[in-house]
Amino acid sequence: MFPRPIQQSSAGVQWLYTIALPVALLVWLFPLLGVALTSLRPASDLAQGNYFGMPSGIAWENYIYIFTQTPIGQYMLNSLWVTLPTVVGAVGLSLMTGFALAVYGFRANILVFFMFVAGNFVPFQILMVPVRDMTLQLGMYDTWYGLALFHIAFQTGFCTLFMRNFIKALPYELIEAARVEGVTEWRIFWFIVLPLMRPAIAALSVLVFTFIWNDFFWATVLTQGVDSQPITAGLSSLNGQWIAQWHLVSAGSILAALPPVLMFFLMQKHFIAGLTLGAVK
Amino acid sequence: MAQAAQMASSAPDVRSGRRWNQRTVAPWLFLAPGLFMFTVYVLWPIVQSITLSFYDWNGLYNRDGEFTGTFVGLGNYAELMRDPAFDTSLWNNLKWLVLYLLALPIGLFIAIFLNQTVTGIRLYKSLFFFPFVISQVVVGLIFAWFYAPNFGLFYLLTEAITGKGTAILADPDLVTYGIIVAGLWPQIAYVMILYLTGLNNVAPDQIEAARLDGAKGWRMLWYVVLPQLRPATFIAVIVTVIGALRSFDLVSIMTTGGPFGSSRVLSYYMFEMALGEFGFRMGYGAAIAVVLFAIMMVFISGFIWKMWRDEKER
Repeated sequence: MFPRPIQQSSAGVQWLYTIALPVALLVWLFPLLGVALTSLRPASDLAQGNYFGMPSGIAWENYIYIFTQTPIGQYMLNSLWVTLPTVVGAVGLSLMTGFALAVYGFRANILVFFMFVAGNFVPFQILMVPVRDMTLQLGMYDTWYGLALFHIAFQTGFCTLFMRNFIKALPYELIEAARVEGVTEWRIFWFIVLPLMRPAIAALSVLVFTFIWNDFFWATVLTQGVDSQPITAGLSSLNGQWIAQWHLVSAGSILAALPPVLMFFLMQKHFIAGLTLGAVK
Repeated sequence: MAQAAQMASSAPDVRSGRRWNQRTVAPWLFLAPGLFMFTVYVLWPIVQSITLSFYDWNGLYNRDGEFTGTFVGLGNYAELMRDPAFDTSLWNNLKWLVLYLLALPIGLFIAIFLNQTVTGIRLYKSLFFFPFVISQVVVGLIFAWFYAPNFGLFYLLTEAITGKGTAILADPDLVTYGIIVAGLWPQIAYVMILYLTGLNNVAPDQIEAARLDGAKGWRMLWYVVLPQLRPATFIAVIVTVIGALRSFDLVSIMTTGGPFGSSRVLSYYMFEMALGEFGFRMGYGAAIAVVLFAIMMVFISGFIWKMWRDEKER
């Protein structure tokens, strides 16, 4: 193990480490903690210049205010409406593409695979004008499905990479054996491979959920109104209205951050398996 | 399908013939929906954008639904060469690229710091990872608050040290660095997780053997541990470079490219040109996107090349 386990060090060093851990964490998360505290600070404190001292009270009303006086609840729902179909769509499509690329040795296989991988890394700007134009032409501009369709297509690239590698790592004898038994390809996919894919599906679902929930660029390009704007774009426009009302900005930020944070804490193991692309074994 | 069945029945061995056919057709059936979506929304738009970069177009169609752009050849690119805003964006992208790579050593440092087995360490690791899970919009707002003039912590800190507060987001010379620091926060967290996973898999016997030979500290890290972390380092470099070149959210949230356009990057400048307040210059925007795409392709090709080599070794 590297570095040497702290238990083998002198008592002094161990003691130092125990202190250093929480201190380092506090420094690391300091900006976030500051915002979390500001979100609960009464507006009057800020007006008096009390930004960092003891708050004069805990102001849940900041949260009540943004829920009742701004469309933040609607924005969050919009986000959910874009995110959930994208998760289902991208994971579903990539299960099939990943299966095709992992199991069959046809000639164009590696080419198609690399195309998905490369596409996943292109800058969004090279897609922006045509995708926006197409979405407008199809009458899907400013709708949740217009945004979700794009996300499904784009995320399929990343998901295919992951699914393909995951299926490749499964024992191929399973598929061979089924073929000898005369099981059709579709049934092999459905009854043999799919049940083994649960960890991969879980990993990709949490990852895609986080990516899409946090997406800002496409939200700005493909939506504009309160009726369909996701929380990231909504928060950005609210920020424009709340000039220097930091207690509101903070409360909004905390709300926007909450769903992916919860997702991460509930599904931590899967999340990290997905992020390391399964490549750092 | 009917055709496949027909071909199968004419083959000498009916069963294996049909199976063979099924196996040729099946991959394409499985690929079809995903490939279709990917082609429509990713591959084809790339071709369209490249074409569009040779046109002057305001994004509109005439009453008959015809494209209204005019062909200008390399005009857009020629204009880019003379455009000082493009120059600034390109330079800022370079700053992003170089400084973003600081995420690697810092991420590795934190990973080594956290790679212990003491009570509660798992929670510490997750909490250190936190910034990456949060939307960049929120990260941008958090840092805007941190940098805010007069009361922001950073401002107060510089005031305490130098006697004069620095409003970093209002200073044309410093603003880009301020945004990059905000971007580094989640990026370091990502790199840290990659290295933590990597450190977990470093062969213990090699470490022990090196230790018996008297290696420790830096020499151990450099000669024994880092070579074993190469897969993690590779992915970390790729995601960091891509992240640096994709930087859009933070610039948009924290400064909208200002002050005086000094914090623009290519991705943001492209958006400004195509959809911003300066009007809809789609062709010019597309040309900027093509330049960004070309830069990105260098790194993407490297990644694909490495993957291809690994595939062949298998």
